[in-house]
Amino acid sequence: MNTDDIEAVYDHLAKSLDTVGVENHPVLLAKLALLLARDVGDVELVFSRIDEAKANIGR
Amino acid sequence: MRPTGRADTESLYFDYPHFEAPTDRGGLEARAPVAIVGAGPIGMTAALALARQGVPSVLFDAKSTFNDGSRAICVARQSYNIFESIGAIAPFLRKSLPWTKGRSFYRGQQILEFEMPDSGQEKFRPMYNIQQQYIEQYLWQAVASQSLIETRWQSEIINVADCDGGASLTIRDPMATYEMKADWVLAADGARSPVRKLRGLSLKGENYEGRYVIADIQMDHDYPTIRRALFDPDCRRGGTILIHKQPDNIWRIDYQLRDGEDEAAAISEDNVRASVAAVLQEIGHNGPWELEWWSIYSANTLALDDYRDGRIFFIGDSAHIVPIFGVRGLNNGLADAHNIAWKLARVIQGRAVESLLDSYSPERRGATLDVFANASKSARFMTPPTPGWQLMRDAALNLALSHPFAGQLANPRQMTPYTYAQSPIVAEDDPAFSGGPVPGASLPGAQMGRGFLMDQLGAGFTLLTFDPSLAKDFSSNDLTIVLLDMNSSAAEMLAAGPRTAYLIRPDLHIAARWFNAASGEVRRAYEISAGSVAP
Repeated sequence: MNTDDIEAVYDHLAKSLDTVGVENHPVLLAKLALLLARDVGDVELVFSRIDEAKANIGR
Repeated sequence: MRPTGRADTESLYFDYPHFEAPTDRGGLEARAPVAIVGAGPIGMTAALALARQGVPSVLFDAKSTFNDGSRAICVARQSYNIFESIGAIAPFLRKSLPWTKGRSFYRGQQILEFEMPDSGQEKFRPMYNIQQQYIEQYLWQAVASQSLIETRWQSEIINVADCDGGASLTIRDPMATYEMKADWVLAADGARSPVRKLRGLSLKGENYEGRYVIADIQMDHDYPTIRRALFDPDCRRGGTILIHKQPDNIWRIDYQLRDGEDEAAAISEDNVRASVAAVLQEIGHNGPWELEWWSIYSANTLALDDYRDGRIFFIGDSAHIVPIFGVRGLNNGLADAHNIAWKLARVIQGRAVESLLDSYSPERRGATLDVFANASKSARFMTPPTPGWQLMRDAALNLALSHPFAGQLANPRQMTPYTYAQSPIVAEDDPAFSGGPVPGASLPGAQMGRGFLMDQLGAGFTLLTFDPSLAKDFSSNDLTIVLLDMNSSAAEMLAAGPRTAYLIRPDLHIAARWFNAASGEVRRAYEISAGSVAP
């Protein structure tokens, strides 16, 4: 996945978040996380990505 | 609780008996080998299991009738095995409703259907629904016809003191207060156990947030015996509802209270009626219904640190309280009773060393902790404790509408039989096996001729063997020997070879197994498991 691809995902996710309304952002992202985790198929990798996502929150 | 105008035991479908206190006052103070406190399902099962081993007991209950309301309704296969072994199964099979299937719904749409494991090799189905008062009635029929059990109703235990080689009970009934000594005491006196309090012991563990009202109603409602779980339904947004069918057109409806919902108001008759009506509308029932009984509970995982206190053993809810989602309250208690009964019998009869009893607490407390682990998972899904759990639960349910894999997160994973792993009287497994049930596990079913392997087991220990010469070596022993054929369902289930043997305990758990058994090691394992020698 190159920078253009990531940018496309970034755009699509931003637009999707706006279509569901701010109160539904968490549940959409949580569903997405479960779906992608299943695609990744590697529990340890998913755990480490979750931990990476946690880092720097609130800074 | 019951509707206004009906007494506690005034049921739409069940006639509660009335039991008098003992009228024959002679011999009330005579010492007994075993006193059992509490004549509920657990106490009665313990008395019957002791009687099956030839041990007499005196059974006390403070009430003059059975427990009010239907309470526990899901009885697992393992418990039916127990009822059969104590000679009480027949009326249960006539009355109860077997089931294997559960369905979960999210906002009205089905997201999961699960099947509990079942096959023609098993004599009983994975689960049966039957009201607790029938359970008590059927056990009582067996108790009343058993001369080794003396039951004293309206007899409250007001003190339990240690005495030489036993316990001294102070009993109060309508006629008098008297003392009686017993060599051993089984406390089967329920979640609020007076014996536990008298001994200064307390349950330890966690309370969960969720509070549920459980209501029984009578209605003509066309739906099979399938457990339904409704997540986030229209009639109770954010809450969870469970629906079970029972005999006599009785339906159990459990519904979760909202955070901050006042408990006293929630259990008022008007509110219960309104809440039930909303659930019925949700499931499309438009016909008439009658309110039978209701109660409230919250999900707890609480247990005693040690199920033994001197000469007293705690069995059932007196020792542990589990959330109902796992349907392991009653079922676990019955297994407690079955477990302690054969051990106590052997010690009382002088056939086992007292240290055999030390295996009760680790085995049964281990089973409770296992239930806690599963029930905690269920409880977190049914009633998420924090915003994080709540979000992931909601995401999983929402995802399940289109992706079945996410619906599996709503599977309650009920009733995996427990394997006694940390027990001083269960042998190490034999690594030569390439399958089959391990030591400590409950013996699975297998068809045998027109019956089942279970039908061949004795009241004591049983040796299952495929080797005629091994069978001969033990023929003079007090073991029941079952010689099995290599071309049998049992051979397949046990992953057996021609010299394989399994040693089965009176409570149907596997004590030891050998792929190529030799007489000496079988004898040694039998001595340890049956308590002839200390482990």
